[in-house]
Amino acid sequence: MRRLWIGLTFLVFALLLGAPVVRIAMGAWNDGWSGFAGGLTRPEAVHALAMTGLIVVAVTVINTVFGVMLAMYLVRAAWLGPRLKKLLNSIVDLPFAVSPVIGGLMIVLLLGPDSAIGGLLGAAGIKIVYALPGMILATLFVTFPLVIREVMPVLQEIGTQQEEAAAMLGAYGWTTFRRVTWPQIRWSVVYGIVLTVARSLGEFGAVLVVSGNILFKTQTATTLVYQDVENFSLTSANAVALVLAAGSVALLLLMEWAKSRQKHA
Amino acid sequence: MSSKLKNRWWGWGFRSAVMLYFIILIVLPILGIYGQSLSDGWKAFMDNIREPLAWKSVQLTVWMALIATAVNIAIGTMAGWVLIRYRFPGRSLLNSMVDLPFALPTAVAGLMILLLLGPQSPIGRWAEHFGFSILFHRPAIIIAMVFVTFPFVIRAIQPLLEELDPAEEEAAYTMGASRFKTFFRVIFPNMLPGIASGAMLAFSRALAEFGAVVLVAGNIPGRTLIASVYIFGEIESDNAAGAAAVSVILLTLSFLILWFVNHLQSRRRTA
Repeated sequence: MRRLWIGLTFLVFALLLGAPVVRIAMGAWNDGWSGFAGGLTRPEAVHALAMTGLIVVAVTVINTVFGVMLAMYLVRAAWLGPRLKKLLNSIVDLPFAVSPVIGGLMIVLLLGPDSAIGGLLGAAGIKIVYALPGMILATLFVTFPLVIREVMPVLQEIGTQQEEAAAMLGAYGWTTFRRVTWPQIRWSVVYGIVLTVARSLGEFGAVLVVSGNILFKTQTATTLVYQDVENFSLTSANAVALVLAAGSVALLLLMEWAKSRQKHA
Repeated sequence: MSSKLKNRWWGWGFRSAVMLYFIILIVLPILGIYGQSLSDGWKAFMDNIREPLAWKSVQLTVWMALIATAVNIAIGTMAGWVLIRYRFPGRSLLNSMVDLPFALPTAVAGLMILLLLGPQSPIGRWAEHFGFSILFHRPAIIIAMVFVTFPFVIRAIQPLLEELDPAEEEAAYTMGASRFKTFFRVIFPNMLPGIASGAMLAFSRALAEFGAVVLVAGNIPGRTLIASVYIFGEIESDNAAGAAAVSVILLTLSFLILWFVNHLQSRRRTA
């Protein structure tokens, strides 16, 4: 019985997870090293990867800062009533339930050239939709809950006693945070950051809608993969996809490592 | 005194900045889409939904997501059980592989499935040989959905199995229950809340999936066009009202599921 279940589990993992990964790792070499290198060093691939890198950095920085602060407020702030806190708390999760395409549509509707705000900004010469700011906004929306959801439970668990003690001893708010709170939430912030990087690296639907996928302008690595597949150039799609996949597997391993570190600490 | 006053101003500044960010980034866009879908009145909204292709895409999405969820319940329950209960070589490797679908970009997942099932691949040829095709047909949609939602059920069951008190099980055996009976009367009821909430999250994610499906589904209107791809098509052809109407159906469904899962989990915590 036991043998059967273990065997079946191995089979499911091999078919569902193993085979696709192996296939993409091999597929990139279909035309040899030159095919792989060629797929990656195309000017459009270089540009797309640079765009993705830019978005990842911007989104991770912004959402980490705001995420940690919002988590602090949602757990600690006395100026938010318990009712309001509960409501805000459930709103935080909403981006998880929103299809990325719909997330993109929201930004186009709100800030696109046909909308009131978009028209105003357009007149001032600021382009948001079909440009980098919109793509960053879309990715911010999609990755919004990740840091908050990692940090909040830890804040709840550690309680306020130590912070109160620090404040009693005369520490300023900032000192209390840096010396007392931060060391305790540090690892959960790291998880949040890893998840945010992974998600923004791979965001596709929202970015596709908002960017318009314009070659050399707003094309990211994932939308380039999409366009390559549409153009039937599978090998070059495969090369970019392999880089993305390697990046996310590396992040996954980093996460496992951080978890085991934290357990021993 | 002056430093304290400054401190307070800083506090106010931070609070307003963070709350404003929250409202502008999350609340406004969601309200905006509901507003947009109803901007031409209720009748226009209903017309947009009754559009045959729109309605068919919503139906197809719900069906495909239901089947994918059922598959995930079966393999997820099995894998969750095996990974917690048995010790065997390779266990920790499998356990870290579970999260792979969450980490991989969905477009990459789509490409993987495309390459694996394509007509040139062994599986594609084998299927062709028996007279059915997977890629660009409904089975491909289901496979893509199963892949991206794979971790949900497993990750929801694992903590429950870890918490389970071995004494309950031992008591059942001591009183002469068979393994089969013990599983279904003692262990399974304890896993059930995890299976339920994991399945609902998987369902809601499958409803929303775009990247993996758009690459493998073929997107034939009325046959393999799912709702999120329909929305994308409507945006591309500048029909924002039609896109918003279908979005509102999907959003409302997902919000209800999310709310229900939160409700279940908070009830468990207080119980």
